[in-house]
Amino acid sequence: MVRVADTQVVNARWIRSWWAHQLFFKQTWRGSVASSLLFPFLFLTSLGVGVGKLVTAHTGLVQGQTYLHFIAPSLLATTAMQLAEGESLWPVLASVKWTRGYHAAAATPLEPDDILFGKLAWVATRAFATSFVYTLIIACFGTLQSWWFLTLPFIGTLVAIAFSAPLVAFAARSDSDASFAVLYRFAMVPMFLFSATFYPLSVYPDYLRPIVQLIPLYHGVALTRAAAFGQGSLGTELAHVAFLLAVAFLGIAWGRRTMRRRLTD
Amino acid sequence: MNYGHILEARNLVKRFGDFEAVKGIDVAIDRGESFGFLGPNGAGKTSTMRMISAVSQPTDGTIEIFGLDPRIDGPEIRRRLGVVPQEDSLELELSVKNNLLMYGRYFDLPRSVIRERTTELLEFTQLTERANDKVDNLSGGMKRRLTIARGLMNRPEILILDEPTTGLDPQARHLLWDRLYRLKREGVTLIITTHYMDEAEQLCDRLVIMDQGKIVAEGAPRALIERYSTREVVELRFATDDHEQYVNQITKFADRIEVLPDRILLYVNDGDDALRDVHAAGINPASALVRRSSLEDVFLHLTGRSLTD
Repeated sequence: MVRVADTQVVNARWIRSWWAHQLFFKQTWRGSVASSLLFPFLFLTSLGVGVGKLVTAHTGLVQGQTYLHFIAPSLLATTAMQLAEGESLWPVLASVKWTRGYHAAAATPLEPDDILFGKLAWVATRAFATSFVYTLIIACFGTLQSWWFLTLPFIGTLVAIAFSAPLVAFAARSDSDASFAVLYRFAMVPMFLFSATFYPLSVYPDYLRPIVQLIPLYHGVALTRAAAFGQGSLGTELAHVAFLLAVAFLGIAWGRRTMRRRLTD
Repeated sequence: MNYGHILEARNLVKRFGDFEAVKGIDVAIDRGESFGFLGPNGAGKTSTMRMISAVSQPTDGTIEIFGLDPRIDGPEIRRRLGVVPQEDSLELELSVKNNLLMYGRYFDLPRSVIRERTTELLEFTQLTERANDKVDNLSGGMKRRLTIARGLMNRPEILILDEPTTGLDPQARHLLWDRLYRLKREGVTLIITTHYMDEAEQLCDRLVIMDQGKIVAEGAPRALIERYSTREVVELRFATDDHEQYVNQITKFADRIEVLPDRILLYVNDGDDALRDVHAAGINPASALVRRSSLEDVFLHLTGRSLTD
């Protein structure tokens, strides 16, 4: 049997899948861009400015920062996480079940892997752009105190991929969105609230800290703070990166399996 | 690479857990042929189609498409196939044009080529006026036509259509059939599944009849009818709940009879003659119909069940 190489290929197959996402996005971007930046901005003003006044009056600075500055970088991590949720749950379920767009793509030269990697590349694109704009916004608030802030868009992208990969895998094996509400209530919202986003880890009693450190978002939050303020040791920060990378790789491995099963069985 | 079959499957099996959807079938399809899989829902047609579209892997057996093995050359095979799935799977939020653009890009076609073919294909499927409309706003027939246009975007050598006209009104069906004849004339190999016998008779040069994961007969539609049925059929309905009671009186008028819940079918050479005999014997059905034998009768004869059950 003859083996035929893909001839005259201009774009790698996963790029074609990425391209489809941006085509779709161009028709619907207004709502999603606004909400993905509006949400952190609301938190920043209500908590940072409002609650910040109380915090400053009662305890003064938090780890050497005003409360507004303290929570500003961590909201970049939560924004990246929420962007990943929004891109990875319903749109993926729709594509495998309701509109069946992924099945249509799987009938073309694209392989399930290409569809997955195109999706993740698209999430990375959006996360990078959103983190970039958000970094500019908090720069205006005067939060950034170190050149490490240049890594913030990359941190946002890493956090988004670490969440997107397992969530895509989860959505690709779902038959309805009933489980998504449970996931939100018992995983995503608690993560948002308890990942030391709004206060330092030291607030927790000793025995709870290792548990918090198992939450992926915690590592993203820690990284954004270190980058904005230039604190922390390189070793610790690399450990945070390694944790997020590990979650991303596990998620990708799971995603490749579920996508293959869902699209080719 | 024009020699041999364009598609050949041997002992094809698809299992989902304990359920065996396709139980070892063999098919060989020639270039330019229009080939059908006829069978009721659940016969294993869609599972077969997904395997010969180089999308799903067979549990057992082998397939060769364009002389290539889908396990190794899936992307290359799919580059040369057009697929019209049972469910349209269009992007409802995108315009008609952008659906074609997106799909064309999956094949890595240059934009200029996509633009050209979009104009051509929208013309061909009579959707030119709807080019900029959101797909969500199209009728069922239009969506189906757009799915066919999409399947033709890469100028496929084989077009695979899974239940192409299910859910369409008669007018939309005939328009679709007309487009498929034209493709056939242009030399595109068509592979069609359907549970409509008239569609199979109209469109297919050759077909297999599938039932419960197996092929029960194979041949040209007319040849199958000649082999497994008589020339004509008389359908008798009686004003009764139990058609069985008439069987003894009627058997002698036909080569073979089938008793369905709502009617009795008499397989005969000359329907009008047979009907005259029935009346002459003093049997008065509530209604009587003489028609030519169809693939429905072939299926009934082979499986004892009706296609549309």
